Amino acid sequence: MDWFPYFLQQLINGLTLGSVYGLIAIGYTMVYGIIGMVNFAHGDIYMIGAFQAMIMLLICGALGITWVPAILLLMLIVSVVLTSAYGWTVERIAYRPLRGSNRLAPLISAIGMSILLENYVQLVQGPRPKPIEPVIRGGFQLMGGGNDNSFVVQLGYMQIIIVVITIVLMGGFAMAIGSTSLGRQQRACEQDMKMASLLGVNVDRTISLTFVMGAALAAVAGMMVTLYYGNNDFFMGFVAGIKAFTAAVLGGIGSLPGAMLGGILIGLIEAFWSAYFSAEYKDVAAFTILVLVLIFRPTGLLGRPEIEKV
Amino acid sequence: MTDAVMRTGTAVRKPASPMTAVLKDVAVTTLLVFLLSIEMVGFQTQANQGQQLSFSTNLGDVLWACVLVPAGRFLVALNRQGIAKPALIGGLVSFIYLFGVGTLGLWESLGYGTLPHPFDQPMVNVIFGLGGLFIFGLAYSGMRTKRHGAQTIDEREAREERRAGWARRMSGILGPILIATAIILPIALQFSPWSGAQRQVIETLILILTYVMLGWGLNIVVGLAGLLDLGYVAFYAVGAYTYAKLSTQLGLDFWVCLPLAGMIAASFGIVLGFPVLRLRGDYLAIVTLGFGEMIRIVLINWQVFTGGPNGIGNIPRIDFFGLPFERHAAEGHTTFADFFGVPFSTVQRIYFLYYVILILALITNFVTIRLRRLPIGRAWEALREDETACRALGINPTNTKLTAFAMGAMFAGFAGSFFATRQGFVSPESFVFIESAQILAIVVLGGMGSQVGVALAAILLIGLPEVMRELALYRMLFYGMCMVLIMLLRPRGLLAHREPTIQLKKRGYSK
Repeated sequence: MDWFPYFLQQLINGLTLGSVYGLIAIGYTMVYGIIGMVNFAHGDIYMIGAFQAMIMLLICGALGITWVPAILLLMLIVSVVLTSAYGWTVERIAYRPLRGSNRLAPLISAIGMSILLENYVQLVQGPRPKPIEPVIRGGFQLMGGGNDNSFVVQLGYMQIIIVVITIVLMGGFAMAIGSTSLGRQQRACEQDMKMASLLGVNVDRTISLTFVMGAALAAVAGMMVTLYYGNNDFFMGFVAGIKAFTAAVLGGIGSLPGAMLGGILIGLIEAFWSAYFSAEYKDVAAFTILVLVLIFRPTGLLGRPEIEKV
Repeated sequence: MTDAVMRTGTAVRKPASPMTAVLKDVAVTTLLVFLLSIEMVGFQTQANQGQQLSFSTNLGDVLWACVLVPAGRFLVALNRQGIAKPALIGGLVSFIYLFGVGTLGLWESLGYGTLPHPFDQPMVNVIFGLGGLFIFGLAYSGMRTKRHGAQTIDEREAREERRAGWARRMSGILGPILIATAIILPIALQFSPWSGAQRQVIETLILILTYVMLGWGLNIVVGLAGLLDLGYVAFYAVGAYTYAKLSTQLGLDFWVCLPLAGMIAASFGIVLGFPVLRLRGDYLAIVTLGFGEMIRIVLINWQVFTGGPNGIGNIPRIDFFGLPFERHAAEGHTTFADFFGVPFSTVQRIYFLYYVILILALITNFVTIRLRRLPIGRAWEALREDETACRALGINPTNTKLTAFAMGAMFAGFAGSFFATRQGFVSPESFVFIESAQILAIVVLGGMGSQVGVALAAILLIGLPEVMRELALYRMLFYGMCMVLIMLLRPRGLLAHREPTIQLKKRGYSK
């Protein structure tokens, strides 16, 4: 059983990372489900969420707030509210006027928005990476650490918090989509936007709220990454965004549980690949898996097979 | 159609009196701007080496943003209610003032500070000034439409039709003009007063032409075959590294490497394309994006072969079919200058490079135009329009797409090896995703499928940032802004005409 402690550690790391990817992936999958566009700027919304959380953390420090739960709560609320505003604005400015035009126009607009957001943050916050002192240290030692030189398996408090928050959010989210009026409207728009609008669903508002929800979840992911890795820079959203999109496709785009599953799978693949093969090629591994899945199961793991319309 | 649906979506709301609607609009905007800027702009974090993260406050800018943006929004809302004059005047005044203050601050630090100004950063004043111009334009065009009366759908369609016809005619005229200009320009430059800066100008033109070529190459994939490729830069990288490796390791000449690079890039296209081309559009996009990133990661990490992040240096420069552009020839060689009996000058090579890329780009253009008239080109266009129908007619979709993919990749390979010989140095940094996005933006902005449109878009998107180099940090910000704006104003591209090369007549099938 020599291999087990190391394996367990990678499992823990992978799940933590996967939770973050999953939360971002939900934003992609929801937007794709409802208006069929790839929201390329979503990764940058996540980056903005991380920055908002980081700045709030600094403000807390300046105000002399030291009680950790209060700091976390403030960071969460501020980051979610401010990032949602970004999500809403981006949709309103760059995507809504293009609804109903050809398929590529919103995508190009989204790429432009992504470049715009990255450079905006670079201008206002500076290009250097921002190192952040960890707020929550320590954790449980699950295995090892005795007198023998066995491998120490660490389960950090922060890792527990990340996984727990993700599970809670996912639960709440599934309920919101399943049984609230907004959720019903979203599902109605997803099936047939024209019919939904004829039946009195405010389509514009529903789509805006979809973007807001996606941004809010991305902000939570950004906040957790700020606390966990503590190294934000203006370019962090790009790779995370691509991986989260990969996760959404892997799980079956348009499916919420799929996004979460895909996120966790990508996180696990990345963690195990870095641990057992080579850390440099971890991104290659994630993409290779994606290609394989798409070839053998084009709708993703949990996606519904699509009927080809003529 | 969908537009009409969206209108019904908003019509559900209770009717409010015009003024309350305007005020509500302004209040929402104020709140939104406050939320957007309070932390991002109001608190600037500083990360100095070896120090803890600290921040400084900058609430003045937040305040100004919270005043100026809602003010603009107020004017726009008034304009929408039919009161255009305030927007017309306010927009123009704020544009003149803010733009003036900003530009004064930018180019004349002496004059800066004499006028009161909202933002410390001159460029931010300029951006807000441009916002004023936008409001002015909005109000102005609104007044013009009002004078001509509202349009019916038929009229709008007729206008679209006219525009398409205009675009087609423009392409017909503009194409030869552009080519003639491209040929004459460097020569004319020699005799112009700017001949001192010719080196920079030609370098910029070379850059633009490289992107024109890449745009035309990608146009085969995206514009003709309708495949969304977000990893086009991968093939560009393959071409560049092929030339870099072949020339530095085996000492092969550029003219030998050029076709080889194209072939290798094309075979990469086939190998990568084969498993994924049966996928639907958006999946294809993300998989190609993945491939682009994978190739870059391999280039960074395969130290032995690619030189890792440092890349490959000392790549031989281009020569004139065996005659090097050097002051002194190596033993047994003649230099270009000696051979033709002209004095040596470093710009000779640059001029030659210019014409090489011009010819390469024109070849790409020519091949594309000819291919469109061949069965394979027809199949691409048919596939773009309706894949199911194609399958029913016996066209093999995978093979057809694969040829488009390979053709596109081949031209990227040519452009890549040209890039390598121009730079004399390749590194993975040149092949990041943003390059793919740029090339795709050129194709889409040009109006997919339009060759002249692509050239114009390349001039706009590559030339403009080059001209704006002084703006340094704000360059990419403007770039992103322009991409969004152009898409909003012309979602179908600059010269949009995407009709198939041949089609059945619309009315009356018999002559």
